[in-house]
Amino acid sequence: MGIESLAPKAPSRLEFDVAEIATSDAGLRQVLHGLPGVDQVGVNERVAALATRSIKKDAKLHALDLAIRMVDLTTLEGADTPGKVRAMCVKGMHPDLVDPPAPPVAAVCVYPDLVPVAKQILAGSSVKVAAVATAFPSGRASLAVKLADVQDAVTAGADEIDMVIDRGAFLAGHYGQVYTEIRAVREACGVAHLKVILETGELATLDNVARASWLAMMAGADFIKTSTGKVTPAATPAVALVMLTAVRDFEQASGRRVGVKVAGGIRTAKDAIRYLVQVNEVAGPAWLTPDLYRIGASTLLNDLLMQRSKQRTGRYAGADYFTID
Amino acid sequence: MGSGKGKTGAGMARQSAEVADAASAGQVGLSWEYAPAPESRDIVSIDPEYGLFINGEFRPAADGRVFATVSPATEEKLAMVAEAGQADVDAAVEAARTAYEQVWSRMPGSERAKYLYRIARMLQERSREFAVLESLDNGKPIRESRDVDIPLAAAHFFYYAGWADKLEHAGFGPDPRPLGVAGQVIPWNFPLLMAAWKLAPALAAGNTCVLKPAETTPLTALLLAEVCQQVGLPPGVVNIVTGAGDTGAAVVGHPDVNKVAFTGSTEVGKLIAGSVAGTGKKVTLELGGKAANIVFDDAPVEQAVEGIVNGIFFNQGHVCCAGSRLLVQESVADAVVDRLRRRLTTLRLGDPLDKNTDIGAINSRQQLDKIRDLSAAGDAEGAERWSPPCPLPEKGYWFPPTLFTGVSQSHRIAREEIFGPVLSVLTFRTPEEAVAKANNTPYGLSAGIWTDKGSRILWMAQKLRAGVVWANTFNRFDPASPFGGYQESGYGREGGRHGLAAYINA
Repeated sequence: MGIESLAPKAPSRLEFDVAEIATSDAGLRQVLHGLPGVDQVGVNERVAALATRSIKKDAKLHALDLAIRMVDLTTLEGADTPGKVRAMCVKGMHPDLVDPPAPPVAAVCVYPDLVPVAKQILAGSSVKVAAVATAFPSGRASLAVKLADVQDAVTAGADEIDMVIDRGAFLAGHYGQVYTEIRAVREACGVAHLKVILETGELATLDNVARASWLAMMAGADFIKTSTGKVTPAATPAVALVMLTAVRDFEQASGRRVGVKVAGGIRTAKDAIRYLVQVNEVAGPAWLTPDLYRIGASTLLNDLLMQRSKQRTGRYAGADYFTID
Repeated sequence: MGSGKGKTGAGMARQSAEVADAASAGQVGLSWEYAPAPESRDIVSIDPEYGLFINGEFRPAADGRVFATVSPATEEKLAMVAEAGQADVDAAVEAARTAYEQVWSRMPGSERAKYLYRIARMLQERSREFAVLESLDNGKPIRESRDVDIPLAAAHFFYYAGWADKLEHAGFGPDPRPLGVAGQVIPWNFPLLMAAWKLAPALAAGNTCVLKPAETTPLTALLLAEVCQQVGLPPGVVNIVTGAGDTGAAVVGHPDVNKVAFTGSTEVGKLIAGSVAGTGKKVTLELGGKAANIVFDDAPVEQAVEGIVNGIFFNQGHVCCAGSRLLVQESVADAVVDRLRRRLTTLRLGDPLDKNTDIGAINSRQQLDKIRDLSAAGDAEGAERWSPPCPLPEKGYWFPPTLFTGVSQSHRIAREEIFGPVLSVLTFRTPEEAVAKANNTPYGLSAGIWTDKGSRILWMAQKLRAGVVWANTFNRFDPASPFGGYQESGYGREGGRHGLAAYINA
């Protein structure tokens, strides 16, 4: 498949049978290496240009509320306890009870064993529960173990599963293995939404990011996600731009709209708004919804709330006016 | 296309309600209108009248003549500016000659460098003021004047300041001498930047200057004159005479001018070349172009589209090296053009002072007429015109970003320089054909190549008759890199070590 199939005039389906080409590494290689190349210098220039957008007044307020609604409020520590997760869930439902109150976040993101705790607190709210699974964060386990991990989380009531791909297999060119694992996890998810973490910090090149994005989308991902947050660099604007381009092109080619989640290292409202500008101008306004764009974060939420309060009142409130849960 | 217009408070509330509804219904996202983000024009104070800058002082024209300069985005009159006649040009050249003989040519290079460094520093310190004034007078988006024009102008002064005390090591022999008085005539597309390109190497080499800015964009050059005063540049080293074609002709034709440097149209360039022939004056001309931006089937297509957009819509296409001919390999032409169309719908046209504006105003009524005429010729000759949905402001001079597909080499829009936001799309089949079509123009200023193959880039760069060849990028400028053309795009080089040669008697 060359680039000509990526931007057909009329809406169309993929020009190849995914199930057929996915039977071999060679078939997948042909598709993935046939994608247009990504020039890193050019991507960085585009990122820099988009970062100069100046978002003020009503547009900023709108962006701040939208960003809050896109947050996957996350805790992924060995030290996580039911108490910590409960507190985070409450915060996710009611981030700031000023007038008008801040909207709830999109989801909380926890390890599978804490899903029941989160579900209990969040019952009846719009906030979803996402669980990281498949031997997160390294993904170094057998498929059976990974599927059991997913099954655990789904049985406990997780609405969304954040899986990791096998980066070792990807870098070794074993695309069929990566594809098969994603397919299997997709099956195991049932009705739960599947986010596929590419761990772009380990894929290193933007060509690889584009290829991994397509591989995950062809295998049935509902979302493609940058990072686990456990590897540096995590989300970067350049990687996000390449992934947004991929979902946009994939929709043109297949008719299916896949979401993007950026995660790791996004701490300020200013950064979050820059990511939203990318969404707006690269993927298009159709992606400006928590159904199709998420920001995985923990400390970001309070900065969004602080800027929101500043935007509404005209002055900054001290850090103690925002809760630390 | 975003119009740059803001939502009202009521509109915003409605939008939020819609978003909330959409969220609860699990629907798709909604448009997010950027609020106006205008750069304040309060930072710059524009005088009602400006004089000529001669011998370190501002003075009215000898015969008292003035002309108006307007903001092309609104047609608002910004200021009245003195129009230099022959007597004023004589005075400016005399001041330059005196300064040359008594001060500047005798000064050690290390001392000249100090003044150039000071000018560069002052351009940086007053950069916002310069950027706002440039956008007001020229119509270009503040994003470009702020991020490109002004920083590059400062960079040119910094770069040539560094050469001023190293001229004997620049490869022009053991004792390179300046030429004398330089008469410099610059265009309206990059008013301050072109002034910097002309003044910095001339001054570094020990020449003195009489500079004539374009009649539609004199204000930043006059602010630069103020900077010259501010840094204590000796009187007469830089003289700025404002006016139109007659003033330019007087500068170029003055018998006591040793060196003529011109950037502008090929038509005027030919007149200048004719008028100085046999006079012994040294000449450099930087003229028009009809650059080919060549996209191969293995190009990084998304970045190539950005490069095409940057190549022709940067500065409303008012760029002599603009990539105004897109040569795209036929096998990917439809895909590339589709992506290009989609990208053009996201360009934001409007108030040049809005920080989110991508496309500003056409510089003058005259230029707008020229763009319209040539575009009409494209229609008449059978090319297919396309522009994104794009409401144009009612006042001022505006032209939407425009694509012509189905263009062939024989169309006027493929041969003549439009100097506006109009791209002609042509196709090719093989690398040889791409080179042949790219070179099939009387111009030869620049070219772009988009491919993942390094070997092909090198092969193409050797075959293309263009002064600048960009690979997987376009419209990149650096003071260290020489710039100039082949054939009707002019002769001589500006920038880099090569740029010094134009101002040195080696």
